[in-house]
Amino acid sequence: MARAVTTNRKVINTAFAWGIGLLIFFPILWTILTSFKTEATAIADPPVFLFFDWTLENYQVVQERSNYARFLWNSVIIAGGSTVLGIIIAIPAAWSMAFVPSRRTKDILLWMLSTKMLPAVGVLYPIYLIFIELGLLDTRIGLVIVLMLINLPIIVWMLYTYFREIPGEILEASRMDGASLRDEILYVLTPMAVPGIASTLLLNFILAWNEAFWTLNLTAAKAAPLTAFIASYSSPEGLFYAKLSAASTMAIAPILILGWFSQKQLVRGLTFGAVK
Amino acid sequence: MGQIKLEKVTKSFGDVEVIPPLDLTIGEGEFTVFVGPSGCGKSTLLRLIAGLEDISSGQITIDGQDATNVPPAKRRLAMVFQSYALYPHMSVRKNIAFPLRMAKLDQAEQDKRVEQAASVLNLTDYLDRRPGQLSGGQRQRVAIGRAIVREPAAFLFDEPLSNLDAALRVGMRLEISELHKRLATTMIYVTHDQVEAMTMADKIVVLRAGHIEQVGSPLELYRTPRNLFVAGFIGSPKMNHIDGAEAAKHSAKTIGVRPEHIDVVDGEGVWQGTVGVAEHLGSDTFFHIHGTGIAETLTVRATGEVDFRHGDRIGLVPRADQIHRFDDQGLRMP
Amino acid sequence: MATQHSRSAARLMMGPAVVLLLGWMLVPLLMTLYFSFKSYLPLRGGDLGWIGFDNYVRFVTSSAFWPSVSATLIIVGGVLLITVVLGVLLAILLDQPMWGQGIVRILVIAPFFVMPTVSALVWKNMFMDPVNGLFAHLWKFFGAQPVEWLSDASLFSIVLIVSWQWLPFATLILLTAIQSLDSEQLEAAEMDGAPPPKRFVFIILPHLGRAITIVVLIQTIFLLSIFAEIFVTTGGAFGSRTLTYLIFQRVLESQNVGLGSAGGVYAIILANIVALFLMRIVGKNLDA
Repeated sequence: MARAVTTNRKVINTAFAWGIGLLIFFPILWTILTSFKTEATAIADPPVFLFFDWTLENYQVVQERSNYARFLWNSVIIAGGSTVLGIIIAIPAAWSMAFVPSRRTKDILLWMLSTKMLPAVGVLYPIYLIFIELGLLDTRIGLVIVLMLINLPIIVWMLYTYFREIPGEILEASRMDGASLRDEILYVLTPMAVPGIASTLLLNFILAWNEAFWTLNLTAAKAAPLTAFIASYSSPEGLFYAKLSAASTMAIAPILILGWFSQKQLVRGLTFGAVK
Repeated sequence: MGQIKLEKVTKSFGDVEVIPPLDLTIGEGEFTVFVGPSGCGKSTLLRLIAGLEDISSGQITIDGQDATNVPPAKRRLAMVFQSYALYPHMSVRKNIAFPLRMAKLDQAEQDKRVEQAASVLNLTDYLDRRPGQLSGGQRQRVAIGRAIVREPAAFLFDEPLSNLDAALRVGMRLEISELHKRLATTMIYVTHDQVEAMTMADKIVVLRAGHIEQVGSPLELYRTPRNLFVAGFIGSPKMNHIDGAEAAKHSAKTIGVRPEHIDVVDGEGVWQGTVGVAEHLGSDTFFHIHGTGIAETLTVRATGEVDFRHGDRIGLVPRADQIHRFDDQGLRMP
Repeated sequence: MATQHSRSAARLMMGPAVVLLLGWMLVPLLMTLYFSFKSYLPLRGGDLGWIGFDNYVRFVTSSAFWPSVSATLIIVGGVLLITVVLGVLLAILLDQPMWGQGIVRILVIAPFFVMPTVSALVWKNMFMDPVNGLFAHLWKFFGAQPVEWLSDASLFSIVLIVSWQWLPFATLILLTAIQSLDSEQLEAAEMDGAPPPKRFVFIILPHLGRAITIVVLIQTIFLLSIFAEIFVTTGGAFGSRTLTYLIFQRVLESQNVGLGSAGGVYAIILANIVALFLMRIVGKNLDA
């Protein structure tokens, strides 16, 4: 609405919105601040907000003591691997649904969505058994497969909604120009859909990174990602707030940054295109 | 090269038959225009020829070879789409080179052909731009460039000018006609605009509801329309249709007279009427005449500036040798 | 509209995704169904044979069942109520003209990207700890006795944590929906003499109806299966054991797979009822 608003009203809006925004953000801010405190300052009463001796000690301790880097690497591999694998499987499927729709396309899409709604806990034991049988328990590849499967419906849906916006005539033009199906997808569709594919990649990376049911239940030590690493702090010993904060900050920082980039696509991806 | 033959071709979408059995031969080097009102199946027919849709039955042969089940990529046809369908992520150069790249031509040959096409189409200065940075007319040329580089057996145009404004349309019409003269390759051109059909075609195919109403050269269709539909569709302004007693005088169900075949006289004519709207174009004057007693409105085209105004009572004289007679089936009577 | 050729290609290319998901859905589902009719205790004798619907009966008649249902309902209901109401208000606030809108938006959205285990731990220790938590400091500052949040008010605490995580989601979707409202509609209402509260009730709220439904359905699906937040905070103690957590305990902690599987089947049925409604809405949208 391009309408002049009184400055007064704008000041009130701004103050109010910033106040609430900071309140909501505060737990994250507090965690980040605490990560730079010593353990003693972290529990000081009254709490210290900004004026303390900033230290990087916690980050060093976290890294040395718990081999943080390995958990991080597991998270990257598991989230990245499952997302990329999912996209490779989903692109052809989304191409089919968007450009060669049939009577059953809608049913298939909805059915895919419904698999997403299967409560994980309902199938925990079978998956557990299958994992033991196949030797996948506590392996990265096992988690890559499971997370790929849970996110595949979202990936297919997101790509489908993006592909539908690409005019079919352009793909037909490539067919007339002598492109095979492979050429058509590789040289025409994929480059045109880069923004859509990128946001799909981003959102699903975030979802996989934060997934905390299968990653907690299917890993022990070797393949445990950051979710499990952080969960290990739930039964702590001694003073640990600053270290917990440092570890938490490291676990969420990359995702916060990625998340801010993907906020626009988030709505579309999580509502399966029902809200744009 | 470039003879296309359709034999008993049909197309149904589900239970709906959009193209009833249809036979058509498009000669080598011919500029053929499919024309008809929207929904007449002309675009579908073009897509069947292109291979973008399967035919439901029948056979399509290109240069004597059965192409019915050949995928579009292998039919050696090039197509220019209504929306141009340029690849937005590629430069003009890459767009034009795309079919060559798909054909795996070597780079030097690709460059040579792209340069050639670009100079023919005045695109040399734009080769490194993206389609998004071009005007409508330039995009149209890129689409044509992409079609000509691969030296296809035939070109297919799907309403290529409908997204351009009127002035550009006339210019591009000429360019496409000239291109045809120079390349002498078969072209099939789909349009709903009978002016485009009349000005460009060697052969016009008039379609209605998937049926071919008439095939012929522009002037054949103009002079001897096979039925009322073709008579009404070809020619602008539209032919006047007169039923009833006046037609009975010519022992026909309906007679048709083109506006340009009625002379206007001040005073008594064969028919009398009152001028409703007079459109003064300078080169021509169009009169819409009411109150003739033979048809609700008659349209008359007079050459040059003719000074009759709204409400004037005038006489009309049809040229006796230009009266078309149609029977009760709407078919032309000899 | 396509050729036989491209249709068969399409079927082929849809194959991997369809087959994988079909396997992912059917194999564990059938196994769960199979176990649910068995007495199956991996650490105490393994497969002890078919027992019909015993597990189903035992699961619902156990003393833990009804409390877990009510805990689930309180958590899901509480979070939905908080996130939808605050979400609508926040979305309207964020839609107003202001300085630094983009930054506020980022601040509000941030919690959604925080790993569930991190947010649960941060809240548990740094805010809700009865000795060193910020809330305890705050309570002491006002001379009050600090609250043992996670034991004395466990459900409330979990609702608070989970609402904090999901409020951004609700806000973001509702904000998107508000922004898609045609401003001419509001101006027309203004011309017709509707004051702001009436414009909210008669125009904005109905426009948000669909978005709110979607928020409710999607969140319900996710909330029914929240796990990490309970796993790291209370471990299911102090009345915070939800249906999901109860099943988890039956299967992994007490290793009663048959019983847990019966519970799993209940959970699947429950989720499917919710899913059915969501599908209707999404499906309608597909036709548009």
